[in-house]
Amino acid sequence: MDQPLNDLPGKLSVHGLVVRRGARTIVDVPELAVGMGEVLAIVGPNGAGKTTLVLQMALLERPTSGEVRFEDQPVRGHELALRRRMAVVFQEPLLLDRPVLANVGTGLGLRGVGRVERRERALRWLRRFGIEQLGGRSSRTLSGGEAQRVSLARAFALEPEVLLLDEPFSALDTPARAAIIDDLAAVLAETQTTTVLVTHDHDEAARLGDRVAVMMGGHVLQAGEPSDVFGAPADERVAAFVGIETMAPAEVISREGELVVLAARGHTIEAVGAGAFQRALVCLRPEDVGIAAPGDQEAESSVRNRLLGRVVRVLRTGADARVEIDCGFPVIARITRRSLDELGIEPGSSVVATFKATAVHLIPK
Amino acid sequence: MELIWEGLREAIDLLVHNKHDVYEIARRSIYVSGTATLIALVVGVGLGAVIAFKRFPGRMFALALVNTGMGLPPVVVGLVIAILLWRSGPLGELSWIYSTRAMIIAQAVIATPIITGFTAASLAALHPKLRLQVYALGASRLQMLWLLLQEVRLPLLAAIMAGFGAAISEVGASVMVGGNISGQTRVLTGAVLLEQSKGNFGAALAFGIILLAMMVAVNLLFTWIQLGIRRDVASPPEILGADAGTLVQPWTNR
Repeated sequence: MDQPLNDLPGKLSVHGLVVRRGARTIVDVPELAVGMGEVLAIVGPNGAGKTTLVLQMALLERPTSGEVRFEDQPVRGHELALRRRMAVVFQEPLLLDRPVLANVGTGLGLRGVGRVERRERALRWLRRFGIEQLGGRSSRTLSGGEAQRVSLARAFALEPEVLLLDEPFSALDTPARAAIIDDLAAVLAETQTTTVLVTHDHDEAARLGDRVAVMMGGHVLQAGEPSDVFGAPADERVAAFVGIETMAPAEVISREGELVVLAARGHTIEAVGAGAFQRALVCLRPEDVGIAAPGDQEAESSVRNRLLGRVVRVLRTGADARVEIDCGFPVIARITRRSLDELGIEPGSSVVATFKATAVHLIPK
Repeated sequence: MELIWEGLREAIDLLVHNKHDVYEIARRSIYVSGTATLIALVVGVGLGAVIAFKRFPGRMFALALVNTGMGLPPVVVGLVIAILLWRSGPLGELSWIYSTRAMIIAQAVIATPIITGFTAASLAALHPKLRLQVYALGASRLQMLWLLLQEVRLPLLAAIMAGFGAAISEVGASVMVGGNISGQTRVLTGAVLLEQSKGNFGAALAFGIILLAMMVAVNLLFTWIQLGIRRDVASPPEILGADAGTLVQPWTNR
């Protein structure tokens, strides 16, 4: 069973949750919980069922079967009261057609908070997100970044026990996004609000999440600390999603302590890993793979693995280049454009792909 | 042209000297059509919300019915209501036939589909997730509806204007169920009809002009309110004077 990191009972949890639309199963999550004060990031590609799951957790939709629990109590029959202890920020700011200050105070008004306190709290949270000056503006005149800040201020003004964020930054441009993520990270650290963040961006998940759950095809495939999920994905689908581009089937030849020696298409690969498996997928992140000229033994002499291959494709992206090398199986390397030019790499070049044993992640097969 | 001048002169004469009980007839028109519009507003907003938000079998049929109802022939409405309220009819015991109550019912039936149609269309045009967001802010079902109706307040005002316009300008149903009885059920449209049938074109025109003037006045009032709302949204008050609590509902703690 999935457990929050702090071993406390989940603040909000789902149990045997299934959502079907017609014959299609959108979400099927046996157990998932977010612990008190924890930030759980649910990551996955588009169409993974993340939004449907978060709508269930926000008590905005009912499941086909299974249940949501708040502080380990079933929510059925208490949805309105519990929704008033939570707040949700969607991808779109979804502000009402009224001034910003009134927008931020709306949820408080629904909870019966008096006018003076409503105003004071709305102003405090607008200030906290650096947009106090927008209080009198109509919500229709805001930029995307401003509107999303108002949406966040509106959620935090409710001082929720659980905050649910559904792709809140995906409609923003890069600078606006970076700035708002910085502010949110600071506010979350300060308030220790129990949070569920849904995103398709692993950087966002790793930055904000105390724990990450990878969701695909309606299922949670892996949940754990960001370093575990991103560094040691449980299967090929998770590996591909978290940015591992080289995956080669290999057989174990020998073991010496934690050092495992494997054979893959005529190459010998050294890796670090535990377990009694005989076959495994050798997984590598492109940024962990270096490239050397075939005769250059000096280059990166500390690496244990040197695989001779031929460059198949070179893709220049910004300051970097993505190089696909055929070593009997495709190996993907990401190097700087400067290295690319210095080594004179182009399709057809013979090169050596280099990587450390510790850079290899093994998925037992 | 001479006839029009005569009508205008007669209209002024009617108003100045309160001939043909013009003020009473005008008051009755406002009362009957105003009450009918109010009833249509309550029923129409409710039905419009159901059509906009609920998924139920026959929803498309209901929507087609409402769209048909927006152009409901008043004489057909009058006929059906008259049959229902006729002394020997199913609701005959109420003795409402040839009363202002019967006229209010008939006009409400005419105005309701108009307000329903406008409400359903404007609520359905809102961002589909806005309703979820409002629920997520902690709204009960009634609070959600109240907040979303505020979002569509401009089209809703247009709906009220259209509904009131349809109610006050129809004549067939009112005469059929009200009887056009002097001092009891005569309204402006009925007065126009009566005077025209007697060949008093001047008086008929005078009542017509008063009816038009009243409709213009009512629509001016609503348009002024509409523009006021637009202005508020476009240039809201200074922040420190702004009211964060425009949301005050009687059911806040429910």
